[in-house]
Amino acid sequence: MLQIRDLHAYYGKSHVLHGVNMDIARGEIVALLGRNGVGRSTTCKAVMGQVALEGSIRFKDQELAGRRSFEIARMGVGYVPENRDIFAGLTTRQNLNLGVKPGQKGGRWTMEDMFELFPNLRNRADVDAAVLSGGEQQMLTMCRTLMGDPEVIMIDEPTEGLSPQMTQRVADLLNEISRRGVSILLVEQKLAIALDIADRVYVMGHGQVVFEGTPDDLRARADVRKEWLEV
Amino acid sequence: MDLILVTMIDGLVTGLLLFMLSSGLTLIFSMMGVLNFAHASFYMLGAYFAYQISRYIGFWPALFIAPVLVGLVGAAVERYGLRRVHKYGHVAELIFTFGLALLIEEVVQFVWGKGHVEYNAPESLQFALFSIADYEIAAYKIFMIAVAAAIFIALLLILTRTRVGMVIQAALTHPDTVEALGHNVPLVFMGVFGVGSALAGVAGVIAGPVLGTFPGMAVVLGSIVFVTIVVGGLGSLWGALVASLLIGWLTTFAASYNIGMADLLGALGIEPPADLSESLLRDIWTLSLPQVGPILPYLLMVLVLVFRPYGLFGNRDA
Ligand SMILES: Nc1ncnc2c1ncn2[C@@H]1O[C@H](COP(=O)(O)OP(=O)(O)OP(=O)(O)O)[C@@H](O)[C@H]1O
Ligand SMILES: [Mg+2]
Repeated sequence: MLQIRDLHAYYGKSHVLHGVNMDIARGEIVALLGRNGVGRSTTCKAVMGQVALEGSIRFKDQELAGRRSFEIARMGVGYVPENRDIFAGLTTRQNLNLGVKPGQKGGRWTMEDMFELFPNLRNRADVDAAVLSGGEQQMLTMCRTLMGDPEVIMIDEPTEGLSPQMTQRVADLLNEISRRGVSILLVEQKLAIALDIADRVYVMGHGQVVFEGTPDDLRARADVRKEWLEV
Repeated sequence: MDLILVTMIDGLVTGLLLFMLSSGLTLIFSMMGVLNFAHASFYMLGAYFAYQISRYIGFWPALFIAPVLVGLVGAAVERYGLRRVHKYGHVAELIFTFGLALLIEEVVQFVWGKGHVEYNAPESLQFALFSIADYEIAAYKIFMIAVAAAIFIALLLILTRTRVGMVIQAALTHPDTVEALGHNVPLVFMGVFGVGSALAGVAGVIAGPVLGTFPGMAVVLGSIVFVTIVVGGLGSLWGALVASLLIGWLTTFAASYNIGMADLLGALGIEPPADLSESLLRDIWTLSLPQVGPILPYLLMVLVLVFRPYGLFGNRDA
């Protein structure tokens, strides 16, 4: 469904990705692991058309490279950035509504679904989203992107700074997303949750993919974990 | 008492005019991070376009057509100018808008000459609507207030009640995230720039007959508009409104009351030094309020910057 080939990305003169290759099949949960600063977020931004890049990114047999970000989103790629960009000054409900794309009809997710999944969001539907807790904001940004009914969703460090209970709820949501037939690219720092729910795993180092395999493969490779993941 | 009421009305007119410029400028600033030096030039274009159009088909069609034309010019400037310059950073953008302001002034001088043009309020509004004691209030003033108020209400409704308004509000702070949700943010930017320019154009159309239509009119108003958005807080629409009215009233009151600074300072309990001729501050006691009026907005800006650096309604983080 999503094929990344020989992807190079740049911030001005600094060359951050050096030939990344990656595949995500329909309905798959793929985890993207690696230490800080190796280029995981940049990979997501490149797919989303937010950084200068070279190489090819194909989605459902169409080339994404060179397209504007909003076109890529409208084609069915969803993105939840790592900094929990909730729109302060707008309510929870307005935030969710902005996830719906112009001209979109229906989809897998309704606002009611979101409120069922996260009753907290319903309770705080009409207050300024800025006053939500960190965990609630994380749920809100994920739900907001889902409102646009993406076919593949890239989620950047959703469990960062969350309590174990909240982390579990994120994991539950990821499973629910997958159940509804949406592919997931999950950028994670926490090895446990990634190994737990992913179908396949990529490990990045220095702007390249250094390991690719199933969670079991990675469990068996202490050397990879030591060299590229453990701090 | 009557003079106060009359001055209130005059100050309101000035304040609302300022708001028509500052609202657009502050929205454009928070959205694109660019202080648009050419903003007041769109105000000037509004006045000249309306002057030209009104010579052929009258004031009323000009009131609508001129702002639309100015808005189109603004949208084109964003689409074909600013958007291209954007990748070279904010300094390049500033220089671009600065150059644009100079260019527009030159073009205006070239086409319409260096002097004032005969652009007047329509006959149908040239009468005194009512009078307060001995002061007659021109119908045109009330018309200006009505236009400005209508625009303010429309702007507020669009920004807070419509989906486009939500997209604009969100894009003010998170343009990339909004675009990644599938909204055509570049188009929204162009629209906001165009509408902001058109608003400045409306201000030019209705202010031209009162404040004069001449090539220096952009510079005269431009600096006050900058002061206004700094006082109000960059990016805040409410701040722009409050600061515009504040500065409108401040300058109008200062201009209407011929009070000597000596009396004013005396009323505040400040006595002049015994030997005035020796004092460095001598000049302060010999000034009158109308003389210091024009610098009051700048004084206000300095005070605001000292005590609330992010402006009256500004956001600390912004
Ligand atoms: N806007 C930017 N401008 C310049 N360099 C950047 C920018 N964003 C990231 N970088 C650099 O690019 C490299 C990769 O950053 P990226 O954000 O992709 O890392 P990451 O793997 O997501 O790690 P983390 O999120 O933990 O920081 C880093 O060296 C970072 O310093
Ligand atoms: Mg990151």
